[in-house]
Amino acid sequence: MNSKRPVFRHPDLPKNNLGYTRRDYEGLDSTLCAGCGHDSISNSIIQACFELSIEPHRVAKLSGIGCSSKTPAYFLGRSHGFNSVHGRMPSVATGANMANKDLLYIGVSGDGDTASIGMGQFVHVARRNLNMVYIVMNNGCYGLTKGQDSATADKGSSSRKGQPNPFEAIDLCEMAVQLGASFVARGFSGDKEQLVPLLKAAIGHKGFALVDVISPCVTFNNTQTSTKSYHWIRDHMEATATVDFIPQQKEITAQYEQGATQSVSLHDGSAIHLHKSDNSFDVTKKRVAVNALEHHREKGQILTGILHVNETLKDTHDILETTDKPLNTLTKKELCPGNQTLQKIFENYR
Amino acid sequence: MKPTDIKDSEYFHRVIDCQFACPAHTPVPEYIRLIAEKRYADAYMINWESNVFPGILGRVCDRPCEPACRRDRVEEKAVAICRLKRVCADNKGDVKSRMPGPSTQKNGKKIALIGGGPASLTVARDLLRLGYSIDLYDDQPEAGGFVRSQVPSFRLPKKVLDEEVNAILSMGVNAHLNTYIPSMKDFLAKGHDAVFVGTGAPRGRDLDLPGRQAAKDFVHVGIEWLAGVQYGHTKKTGKTTLVIGGGNTAMDCCRTARRLGGKQVKVIIRGTRENMKASPWEIEDAIREDIPILEHLSPIEFIMKGTQLKGINFKKQQSDKADQEIVFIPCDEVLLAVGQQNAFPWIETDIGITFDDQGRPRVDELTFQSGLGHVFFGGDAAFGPRNVITAVAHGHEAAVSIDLFCNGKELKKRPLPFTTLAGQKMGLHDWMYNSQVSDEMRQKVPMVPKVKSIKDRLLEVELGFNPKVGLKESLRCLNCDIQTVFAVKECIECDACVDVCPTTCINFLKNGEEEDLRSRLLIPAKNKTQPLYVSDTLPTGRVMVKDEDLCLHCGLCAERCPTAAWDMQKYTYNPSKAGQR
Repeated sequence: MNSKRPVFRHPDLPKNNLGYTRRDYEGLDSTLCAGCGHDSISNSIIQACFELSIEPHRVAKLSGIGCSSKTPAYFLGRSHGFNSVHGRMPSVATGANMANKDLLYIGVSGDGDTASIGMGQFVHVARRNLNMVYIVMNNGCYGLTKGQDSATADKGSSSRKGQPNPFEAIDLCEMAVQLGASFVARGFSGDKEQLVPLLKAAIGHKGFALVDVISPCVTFNNTQTSTKSYHWIRDHMEATATVDFIPQQKEITAQYEQGATQSVSLHDGSAIHLHKSDNSFDVTKKRVAVNALEHHREKGQILTGILHVNETLKDTHDILETTDKPLNTLTKKELCPGNQTLQKIFENYR
Repeated sequence: MKPTDIKDSEYFHRVIDCQFACPAHTPVPEYIRLIAEKRYADAYMINWESNVFPGILGRVCDRPCEPACRRDRVEEKAVAICRLKRVCADNKGDVKSRMPGPSTQKNGKKIALIGGGPASLTVARDLLRLGYSIDLYDDQPEAGGFVRSQVPSFRLPKKVLDEEVNAILSMGVNAHLNTYIPSMKDFLAKGHDAVFVGTGAPRGRDLDLPGRQAAKDFVHVGIEWLAGVQYGHTKKTGKTTLVIGGGNTAMDCCRTARRLGGKQVKVIIRGTRENMKASPWEIEDAIREDIPILEHLSPIEFIMKGTQLKGINFKKQQSDKADQEIVFIPCDEVLLAVGQQNAFPWIETDIGITFDDQGRPRVDELTFQSGLGHVFFGGDAAFGPRNVITAVAHGHEAAVSIDLFCNGKELKKRPLPFTTLAGQKMGLHDWMYNSQVSDEMRQKVPMVPKVKSIKDRLLEVELGFNPKVGLKESLRCLNCDIQTVFAVKECIECDACVDVCPTTCINFLKNGEEEDLRSRLLIPAKNKTQPLYVSDTLPTGRVMVKDEDLCLHCGLCAERCPTAAWDMQKYTYNPSKAGQR
């Protein structure tokens, strides 16, 4: 981008419960390619945080390396941030989360950062069900190094280079379901109407929330032959359900047709409402999610929406039974309770 | 909604708020860009072509463009368009060589102009270039009309006025000055091919109240008094002077009175300050010169003491009280600025020109033709008192009509405006205009210190912007003539434009009726004076809807568009002048 974004905004910008406008959630000007799907995801994150009236200083943004991992600079400019090592965002997120469980952790990663170099890290953070939102900006190529096929590129799909990808693709959503992630969803950068509620639900969820967002790379992977292009996704996209995220303070007034709606209550009293076209799809069942993903893949379709939620799974802190107070707030007095307490502990082992 | 037809010459014209609001449709952003490039003479000539009197209007224009300015909606204050016009007039250097000289090729048609004000001079300028012979008649010793006789010199120096009036006279006008036309019937016998009446609204209204006759030496009709001052007949005023009325003439009267020895000058109005007719900036200038404005007072009687005026009784206008209080305000001189009237005692009623009950001639609003086919009216003479820029616009249209009339053509078939739409792309992300939006606030115009300016009625109060400040101010212009043009076939609906648009103008949504669409935009489009730009249907079945209201014309949508579906294109709109078709 050549020009600086003007400082002026629409004078009628709405305000949220905190009195902030969307502008208070913006970041720096994007330096990504024109038309990059990642910019739409950044804006959806801004929109979701604005709508949920999240205090910017209660958020930590974490990322690895890649086009996707640059984006935390472009949203939530007043939040904490850590741009970490390639593929190592989950470790940093785990450390930060262990130290202060009170913040909202938004991890941003790409298909390379997650499905290639960071696969080992991704697998374990999902398995431990760390309380965070893990967003994958998935464009099926390595845009920062001129568009080589990534591990999520579909077999047979070819990017601007024209060579079909000979390898099988990794489906991060299916993996996450199997690994025990408690919230798994897939969105599309070109459909904010779906993406914003997905992100809001992921933020409301306690536990590991993976949002795999297909985000076309306009420069290298938006060809007629690519399965990660705008037109391909639009032609082959199927949604599990329309998602409504109902924050806890809001009374539920909308009425939906019986049977077609599934509600999932979240730990804090908020709820996710799913208005489904196929009533047999139960988001709380792991097997249903895996089946549906496989079924759509066979048909050549891309299944989007919330794929799996399990509110009964414990997150890392609950599994480890850590203190209620964030560890970084514990003082020397609590951490070193003194000789008397030590003697008492020894007594237990005698 | 149906897709917007951008080929309609008025669509993008409407987006250029200032130009659309200007009666003469001066291409404002175009000349402001030239000022930023220090091309003052070029900027002046664009103005001269369109509004004929850039130096004069750069000082005394009523500025319909400024309240219309988009900047006024985006932040707080409009671009100082009027003062920028003055910048190009002040710094233009010698432009004589660029003005058309006396026309050598005559077409044999003779046109008479009665009255030598802005409307007549505009007709003269437009028609002289086409080879018409022009006879101009005015009862004053110099041409200029209202701007010469009633606009005080501290607002408009004589030098500026002379330069622009003479530029037209020297194109070959046969000026018959000091010549009053007592009878239209006799005048028409001279056999001109067409006659244009631009005599203004020359009669100030009087107040027929008890004591008016006895007080006649101390009570003056404002515009006559101002003319007396301009021509040097009136040199001083009473120490305590009351000005009755709340229009721009009242403001000129009170400020002139301050300069002629009025120690205590007060303006008295019937209504409130908010409802005054005078331009806000003129009211500000009067207040700056210690002139209070007293509200809710309506005069009922002039009170004399012997042969001297003692003061005026006013009735306090309060709607909630039945018996109204009488207020006495002492004074020794009164100026009446309670409105102007048209007056045509010299036009006989049996020659074909008809008048309405208010004494205004019946004139066609499009062609300016009167009941008598070859007689045209324009300026204040046509539809009552307005302003200089409106008179100029009338002059252009009347000139078009006269030219059509003399060529035996249909007057109602007006020539179309000249429009072009030209791409502004230079490189990948480079435009031929400065797309960067300045966040400077409106610059203040420096003024001569009050103590000094009050002493001399010929000293111009405003100093105008110097080139440096003028540059700063000119960069505030949002370039509303550089249009965002959307090519629906190229769009891949990636949302990049939606995401980057600083003022959230761009939307992609399901089509609907205008009312419904306006309410469903990301930020509802409440300003209904501004159009929606609606595209044809996109592959997803949605349409692109852009609310033109707050678009900054920053070009970011086009810069962030991967497929060049958005493009920045310069729209030029020039109303057709006489002889162009």
